[in-house]
Amino acid sequence: MPNRKDTPRSTQANSESEAVFQVRRVSKVYKMGEVEVHALRDVDLDLFKGELAVLLGASGSGKSTLLNIIGGLDVPTDGTVVYRDHILTSADDAELTRFRREHVGFVFQFYNLIPSLTALENVQLITEIAEDPLPAKDALEMVGLLERLDHFPAQLSGGEQQRVAIARAIAKQPDVLLCDEPTGALDIKTGKIVLEVIERVNRDLGTTTAVITHNAAIAAMADRVIHIGSGRITSIERNAVKARPDEMVW
Amino acid sequence: MKALDRKLVRDLWHLRGQVLATALVVACGVASFVAMRSCYDSLISSRDSYYTQYRFADIFTNLKRAPESVSAEIAAIPGVAAVETRVVSKVTLDLPDLPEPAQGRLVSVPESKEKGLNDLFLLRGRLLEPRGTDEVVVSGAFADANRLNPGDAVDAVMNGRLRKLRIVGVALSPEYIYEIRPGDIFPDNRRFGILWMNRRTVAAVFQMENSFNDVALTLAPQASESDVIERLDRILEQYGGFGAYGRSDQLSHRFVSNELAELQVFGTFIPAIFLGVTAFLLHLVLSRLVNVEREQIGLLKAFGYSNRDVGLHYLQLAIVAILGGILIGIGFGAWFGSGMNALYGDFFHFPVLNFTVPLSIIAWAFVISIAAAALGAIGAVRKAVSLPPAEAMRPEPPANFHAGFFENSGMQKRLSTEARIVVRNLIRQPGKALFSAFGISLSIALLFIGFYFLDAVFRIIDVQFAQVQREDVEVSFNDPRPGRTAYELAAMPGVSRVETYRIVPAKLRFQNRSRRIALTGLSSGGELRRVVDKDLNIVNLPPEGIVLGRTLADSLGVMKGDVVTVEVTEGTRPVRQVEIAAIVNELLGLGSYMDIQALNRLMREGNTISGAFLSVDKEHQAELYSRLKRTSAVAGVGLPGAALDSFNDTIAKTIGTSTTFLIAFACVIAFGVVYNGARIALAERGRELASLRVLGFTRREIGKMLLGEQAALTAAAIPMGFIIGIGICYLITRVVDAEIVRLPLVLSFRTFFLSGSIVIIAAVFSGLLVTWRIRRMDLIAVLKTRE
Repeated sequence: MPNRKDTPRSTQANSESEAVFQVRRVSKVYKMGEVEVHALRDVDLDLFKGELAVLLGASGSGKSTLLNIIGGLDVPTDGTVVYRDHILTSADDAELTRFRREHVGFVFQFYNLIPSLTALENVQLITEIAEDPLPAKDALEMVGLLERLDHFPAQLSGGEQQRVAIARAIAKQPDVLLCDEPTGALDIKTGKIVLEVIERVNRDLGTTTAVITHNAAIAAMADRVIHIGSGRITSIERNAVKARPDEMVW
Repeated sequence: MKALDRKLVRDLWHLRGQVLATALVVACGVASFVAMRSCYDSLISSRDSYYTQYRFADIFTNLKRAPESVSAEIAAIPGVAAVETRVVSKVTLDLPDLPEPAQGRLVSVPESKEKGLNDLFLLRGRLLEPRGTDEVVVSGAFADANRLNPGDAVDAVMNGRLRKLRIVGVALSPEYIYEIRPGDIFPDNRRFGILWMNRRTVAAVFQMENSFNDVALTLAPQASESDVIERLDRILEQYGGFGAYGRSDQLSHRFVSNELAELQVFGTFIPAIFLGVTAFLLHLVLSRLVNVEREQIGLLKAFGYSNRDVGLHYLQLAIVAILGGILIGIGFGAWFGSGMNALYGDFFHFPVLNFTVPLSIIAWAFVISIAAAALGAIGAVRKAVSLPPAEAMRPEPPANFHAGFFENSGMQKRLSTEARIVVRNLIRQPGKALFSAFGISLSIALLFIGFYFLDAVFRIIDVQFAQVQREDVEVSFNDPRPGRTAYELAAMPGVSRVETYRIVPAKLRFQNRSRRIALTGLSSGGELRRVVDKDLNIVNLPPEGIVLGRTLADSLGVMKGDVVTVEVTEGTRPVRQVEIAAIVNELLGLGSYMDIQALNRLMREGNTISGAFLSVDKEHQAELYSRLKRTSAVAGVGLPGAALDSFNDTIAKTIGTSTTFLIAFACVIAFGVVYNGARIALAERGRELASLRVLGFTRREIGKMLLGEQAALTAAAIPMGFIIGIGICYLITRVVDAEIVRLPLVLSFRTFFLSGSIVIIAAVFSGLLVTWRIRRMDLIAVLKTRE
């Protein structure tokens, strides 16, 4: 499958398309109770326009932290993150909020739907504050859930909930779609359906997409696979041929 | 509707039990605020417009007798706007339905067409005709109590002669809004009333032609009351003036003002307690909600909802939750207030006592409730706002448990696992535990106040009617009588014991302060009328010197052993130096007492009495009353038993009603706080408890863990509630006008027992509801939720 291996630094240099995100020397230290956790150590990474990147790593490798920092949900302890002309690492809370509102769509492992809102309302929650959103119904149609608009999260299966979450993320027509273990809580069959939707969004809307997973099989659908371990990028590989989700096995 | 608003609506529905409990507490607070404040406003505006329209006087005085020409002198005092001289006298009335004689206060009415001061408001019949010599207008409360109507006649002993008076009208006067016999604390409208009669007739009967013995006057704007009083007293001194006084010492005005002041105080801090509890409940509910919705908050922020949006969302939740309560509270308060207002109408006699709920009060109800809600919500909202989105979406790290004092002390080894969990939970968040206990303690405090108030009033009644006024009948004379009159009384049918008394109007002076008093001489060692302090100790009157009530002594700034100047305003008006022999903590009034013989000596008079207290054999009562009715020297009789009955019929009913409401409200709070606390504990720890169930703990065991915590909090809250309750009761005793009544700080076992047990019952009941929820707990579902 992977046909070429690079060191992280050489990848950035030889890419010809535009880097949407530039992550430089980013470290993150957490205090969990009384323990200091070095989630990220000195990470450099670029994400390019329109690509589908998979960040692959074991649980605790720091991949979620990296995604959160890229998405403006969290700030690094050290280093800089630049999104186009926004320097995220020097932005205050309000600027980060605006950045997320205008540019980022998130999909989470546990869907994080608002339980008291229906599928449609969960999407509307976001389209109402977006600048140029898709109609909420169109977004749900893209994920194949047009018939279940009025169902509450509790009435939907896990896969359906995750598709609502994707509809919610893409409805605002984000510049980047960040997916944190989108299939983590799903069985293989539903997981594939969800990945197909993500792949289709990336292909049809050209949304820069980063998917984090611990599931190596998913890496096959990526343009680039970024391996993360112990808070560092260990290697980056580029797929010459992207696999379709329905071809993947895990 | 926006999606976020839809979430708001559904969250409210989901939390309906807790929202309802909170809304009910708000409703109670708003209801008490609206009722008391509106009642206050209505009474004030009724009083003020009555005073203005019917020209209630500013300064009053009575005197022995002065020629009418003095009236011009009084009118010439700078600052006096209008003067009305009157002839006022006591008369004894014989009412057909009343076995004992009633006392009337006969007040002359000028014959001129001009509107005088203290004008009459006619309820029925007509006002006096200038030529009607036997016509009287009687006061409303007296007429109602005795079912007197225009056309009826009453027999009156006036200046020693029996006359038949024809009632032509029933009226009210701003001078007698509270229609009470001087010296009494509760009105007895059957046995005391006001009669208005033409000046000329009254003057003829009392040989007061071209003379007067009573003055009422109004002040010009900006006039100094004290200056006018001083000049008036100087003018009237040679005519036997008893000392002038302003409205603040006018009997009716004083009672009305005192009631208003109490209403204002209660209308402030009772709603304040409720709104405090509201803030507390909202804090509980919202903090819990924000904890549960950590991830949703994180998500909203992740997608670009600003801190303001998120904060506002939870603030709105608090405000919407109480809006219903505010509306219910306004409605209920208006109803409750109009009921209170009607009860006031039973003993405050206004021409019209309109009850309205002013818009400003409704606006204030909104403002203070929303402020309370915001105060309660602020902590939770701040937490929601400050949650970093990335952190919000991670599950909370395990709570920070340490080995602390409890573990190190080795106490834990002696406790069961359940008890250990309970104790650790309390110790881990002592602030939270204290806060929860504080919320419960407020409901205990409120119950405590309610029961205390009943105790205090009944203690006063007990002291007054069982310890102080032990006579069956008090007889007062028109004028001082020689002491031998006592033998005549003793010889009357059924009289088994006679104790005489002497009352002398005087001014008590100490340094630059002075007070008008009624110096009372009692027989020392008397059985029928005694001086009793608030702790029920009987005070023996010393052979010399004066015994002062604590409040009077404080207002003069005197202590035991000081020498005060007594300026008697009766008879030869002696001025004497007398030593303060003792100071006594009485519950009612401004008492000043001497041994009757010492008082006679002070007056340089022989054995002289103003009246007597009698013990009467029940069988001969009727006979005695009919004799007293025909005895011209008798101005009136007082029956403590009848006064007690009238108290029980009117004021006790009112206090009972308002206390019942207070207690019902407090029960709402007790239940609201305890139930909310238990529900939140269940929700917060549902997962932990479900895990324990899965591990094989029985329902009973996990019930114990959950309810054990609530039980511990309730147990801690009870002493706290008592302390807060006692503190507030103490404050109440301070704010109630000390010159009329000192509410004793009686703390009965009943108050402690009832306020404690009602909260325990509320706790047990909430516990049962929560146990029922534990029974229904779906273990799998609870474990599946990621909380």
